Amino acid sequence: MAKEFKPKIVSANDLNIGDVVYMNSGGGWTRKLAEAAIAHTPEEGETLMGRAEPQQAKVVGPYLADVALDDDGRPFPTHFREKFRTRGPSTRPDLGKQAANPERREPLAASGGI
Amino acid sequence: MYRYDEFDHDYVRARVAEFRDQTQRRIDGALTEDEYKPLRLQNGLYLQLHAYMLRVAVPYGTLDSRQMRTLAMIAERWDEGYGHFTTRQNIQYNWTKLTDVGDILDALADVEMHAIQTSGNCIRNVTADHFAGAAVDEIEDPRPTAELIRQWSTAHPEFAYLPRKFKVAVTGSPNDRAVTKAHDIGLRMLRDAQGNPGYEVIVGGGLGRTPMIGKVIRDFLPKADLLPYLEAILRVYNLNGRRDNKYKARIKILVHETGIEEMRAQVEAEFERQMREEGGPLVQPDPEQVRRIEAYFAAPDFADLPATSETLDAAMAADPALAAWVANNTSAHRAPGYTIVTVAIKGTGEAPGDATTAQMNALADLGERYSHDELRISHEQNVILPHVKRDDLPAVFAALQQAELAAANAGLITDIIACPGLDYCALATARSIPVAQDLSERFAEPARAKAIGSFTIKISGCINACGHHHVGHVGILGLEKSGIESYQITLGGDHTETMAVGERAGPGMSADEVGPAIERLVDAYLERRANDDERFIDTYRRLGADPFKHALYAA
Repeated sequence: MAKEFKPKIVSANDLNIGDVVYMNSGGGWTRKLAEAAIAHTPEEGETLMGRAEPQQAKVVGPYLADVALDDDGRPFPTHFREKFRTRGPSTRPDLGKQAANPERREPLAASGGI
Repeated sequence: MYRYDEFDHDYVRARVAEFRDQTQRRIDGALTEDEYKPLRLQNGLYLQLHAYMLRVAVPYGTLDSRQMRTLAMIAERWDEGYGHFTTRQNIQYNWTKLTDVGDILDALADVEMHAIQTSGNCIRNVTADHFAGAAVDEIEDPRPTAELIRQWSTAHPEFAYLPRKFKVAVTGSPNDRAVTKAHDIGLRMLRDAQGNPGYEVIVGGGLGRTPMIGKVIRDFLPKADLLPYLEAILRVYNLNGRRDNKYKARIKILVHETGIEEMRAQVEAEFERQMREEGGPLVQPDPEQVRRIEAYFAAPDFADLPATSETLDAAMAADPALAAWVANNTSAHRAPGYTIVTVAIKGTGEAPGDATTAQMNALADLGERYSHDELRISHEQNVILPHVKRDDLPAVFAALQQAELAAANAGLITDIIACPGLDYCALATARSIPVAQDLSERFAEPARAKAIGSFTIKISGCINACGHHHVGHVGILGLEKSGIESYQITLGGDHTETMAVGERAGPGMSADEVGPAIERLVDAYLERRANDDERFIDTYRRLGADPFKHALYAA
């Protein structure tokens, strides 16, 4: 029996800053996971990667990452590594994405990673 | 301090200009990432989880106040106001922008610093005893040797693409503060029966996935033969080291699989071949050049002082905090009336090795005013003021208190080594810093830490072991297990001349279990030690692992 496909998004790092970015439905890049295009099938995942890989002048190292979907269909990371990438260093809430989004400064224990 | 000559200046400036151009071509789209990545790695630029990271070499851990101020300025101007001192005596900036790299490297070149060969499969920044030139137990200053190796290994065309990275450490003291037995090559300076200077050469040490204690390949190598012998080791490794499997590519695997006797025979044969060459070996340095290097490391002009300081004694009698700090954070100096100060970059709850711009500037000021303009970075992620008059210790302590750098915990349980871990590192499998911070707070009470005594905790966030966990009295290795962070504890490691690799204590535990487990372990040690002076590692060796394993997993 085929393994159930988990929804995926394409993530990479911005070429100039190195910040974490996600591919959106227009084939461009966003810094917000909530705006990422979601692949619901392997074929959709291949399509997204096919659009990401030629964009070497904008991003570095695009890859497919597993996500889960909340009740509104918005993606959120399932692996603790990806959770940290949506925020920044857990020990420096003043730095990284979380600095611009103070409401995302969840206690570590609530992240499921520790 | 070594000072660049014209060749050094021209070479570093040319490399900066070349890398600036390569980076611009990447930004413009002329270079792909596959083309650019090896170039940026050769210039110390990594891409980590949240940003680029620039690793800057501090050769053999030695720098002056001007250089430290530049490191502070870079943190302020181009980064986020701090830097991270590493276990290889380097500094890392965690928030580098690609568009700033050229300017940062030019600023470093202004003060004779660079990021060349801080990454890649080449000979990396040579490390040395951080007490070099000051230690009372020193046979000879290891830094001229380290500088000679730096010059030999920089842009060495034959060794630019080794099977894997290659690390060299040098100590001039029998007490090994440079972890020489855990390096690809470790050099221990000694003298033969006639008093001639030379080296014990150790090869094939390393931590990482497969920890190995280095083996002695040459009991005594005359000083003049150093470079041809190193060249011989590197040639044998470059020829025979595995390139088909990166996990088996380090020289430690070659030494292990070849056997030290056969390895020695091959190295000696290549060494002899070089020595027989007409005109001598190509890499035999000009004695005049060696003398030029040695002259840069001549001892400072120490004042003629009594061994004790009445000023300090009076100040300590009036200030117990000063007395505790002096007792713990100073070490014996070769010159009477002087001492070596260890500034622990290990404040309670702080990330080990992280120093702010203000702290780096404060350290620069102290080095300039009180330490003959010298500072050192230690592999323990601390900063050393190597030449401080005992009379000046009250003023130094007061300034460190102002800078929040007066932690009196050098060598104690809260003087923890930790790699950046999954908070920054793209290779990490778990976080290190939060574990270090938790332990630092649990053992923060000074009297308790002092009662526990000498105790090393070393934490790595992945199997690559940048946090040296294998050689901590207690090692903590962060891994991923079923989608969560899990920590393996090892016991009985030792990073000194009596090096030992720690033994895994049992199954992994979650992050919030680590702190209580270490507290139980420490309590078990305090109950069982023979006397107050018996260190944890000695109690462990006397009693074995069992009582401590039971304590760790008692809950």
